[in-house]
Amino acid sequence: MGRLAFLVGRRVGSLMLTLVAVSALIFLVMDVLPGDPAAAMLGTSASEETLAALRHAMGLDLPLIVRYGRWIGGFLSGDLGTSLTYGVPVAGLIAERLAVTLPLAVLAMTLSVALALPLGVVAATRKGGLADRLATLFAQLSVAVPGFWVGLLLIAGLAVGLGLMPAGGFPGWNAGVCAALKALVLPTVALALPQAGVLTRVTRAAVLEVMDEDFVRTARAKGLTRRAALWHHVVPNALPPVITIAGLQFTFLIAGAVLIENVFALPGLGRLAFQALSQRDILVIGDVVLLLAALTIAVNFLIDLGYLVLDPRLRAATS
Amino acid sequence: MSASRHGSLIAGSVITGALVAVAVVSRLWTPGSPTRLAIADKLKAPLVHGLLGTDQLGRDVLSLLMVGAWNSLSIAVVAVALGAALGVALGLTAAARGGLVEALVMRAADVVFAVPPILSAMLLGAFLGTGPRTAVTAIATFMVPVFARLSVGAGRRVLARDFCLAARAAGKGQLAVTMQHVLPNIAPQIAVQVALQLGLAFLTEAGLSFLGFGLPPPAASWGRMLADAETYLGVAPWLAIAPGAAIALAVLGFNLIGDGLVDLLDPRER
Repeated sequence: MGRLAFLVGRRVGSLMLTLVAVSALIFLVMDVLPGDPAAAMLGTSASEETLAALRHAMGLDLPLIVRYGRWIGGFLSGDLGTSLTYGVPVAGLIAERLAVTLPLAVLAMTLSVALALPLGVVAATRKGGLADRLATLFAQLSVAVPGFWVGLLLIAGLAVGLGLMPAGGFPGWNAGVCAALKALVLPTVALALPQAGVLTRVTRAAVLEVMDEDFVRTARAKGLTRRAALWHHVVPNALPPVITIAGLQFTFLIAGAVLIENVFALPGLGRLAFQALSQRDILVIGDVVLLLAALTIAVNFLIDLGYLVLDPRLRAATS
Repeated sequence: MSASRHGSLIAGSVITGALVAVAVVSRLWTPGSPTRLAIADKLKAPLVHGLLGTDQLGRDVLSLLMVGAWNSLSIAVVAVALGAALGVALGLTAAARGGLVEALVMRAADVVFAVPPILSAMLLGAFLGTGPRTAVTAIATFMVPVFARLSVGAGRRVLARDFCLAARAAGKGQLAVTMQHVLPNIAPQIAVQVALQLGLAFLTEAGLSFLGFGLPPPAASWGRMLADAETYLGVAPWLAIAPGAAIALAVLGFNLIGDGLVDLLDPRER
């Protein structure tokens, strides 16, 4: 257990370093972004003295490192500053948008796993057969097709064409769970499809690899049916690589969400960052990008940690 | 089995070859003008006016598509070339030096990898302005850690082999061993990754120009054609079909080449 604690400690240390580096990088970029927040607030007619006074009041004249410290300190205590364009605390703004992006990401991840696991397992067990060919074709196509294009086609077909689904926008969770979920159906499909393609391929490869293992042969030799061996021995052992890739894909899921939210006019984090950019609301951009990056790092860290706890072989291997 | 193995590579090469051919031809000839506005002929359906119809400004969609192929291809190729060159250089340095250098490179790779290209493009876009520079920088930045990670692992495995130790023992410097022995041995893996990343670069470029971070108008770009098509989805839904299909086909071509190369280089792979 001491060894595990040491390894976990080392990973936590490296997680912290990564977070500090990412946030410093984002802060530096924010700092060199053109546009003076004080000038943006006061407009073009403000005198030089008023500008200087406001800059001082906002702490913009402090050294870079102090401003970085304040930003991170605020971030950790939940105070993300005040948005220039919305005039409200960024924390509240982000929480509001997270209520759209997070369910969208979770739904899309769930749908893609629900599609990919059975497809991948079926493809692997019928390797070379028709089912395998179809699953591989599905995977190849869904990886290549841009999610935002799928979104456009879904809108053209199901929303504009047949009028079955809302073409975009979000009624809010207050409008009822059904209405809100209905607005998320098409975006979820568009976001999940490329992920499903990637995960189908990974599942297929992982299942094929485990099927070759000695313990599966032993299980079969002991008289287990093909089906029992598959579900009790092959699939559980094929899951770790699938989970890893699903975690790594989280970066792409977030990137996809930015696009999909813009296609469907969903008031999520991606759209918030995009709108903030066009309004030069630098603080909002920085906060959102840091939050999404931290989320990505955290997901990968948890997967890494989960491995370490679940698989004793890794503890020996990383010595 | 062997036929289907080469099948991916052949199919991918055919698709990619066609893409490159269209891109090159667009420099010399297009069926109509991709820039001349003809408002009177706007939003004409396919075959009514040109093979694929006209857009909201009366421009020939097929011509726009052809020019867009050149634009997307050049952004993707430049971005991947930059990312691969820098990433492989960093990765091999890390593999050769080990220790602190390796730790730094790997940590830096984690940092960059945590910010998806769409987000870094947003940060960069406000700084560099929208345009090909932003798109190339954002995509290349994301490619660097991909190639760095690949070449650290692969490079270390090659360095541990006897022939590298022998070369070192014979008095060759670290740089010479890396260039003469390590790089040629990891080149196949890099080639596979280049093909796959070109596909990803195409997708990202399309996404960026869809959001308005790509080439500025009037330059043709598949992503922006889709963004324009969204506005006219109700009156001219066909505008949304060709550019998306073009992106998907281009990405499919690169991915098939990548898969074909994997199968070709590693016979144990399925």
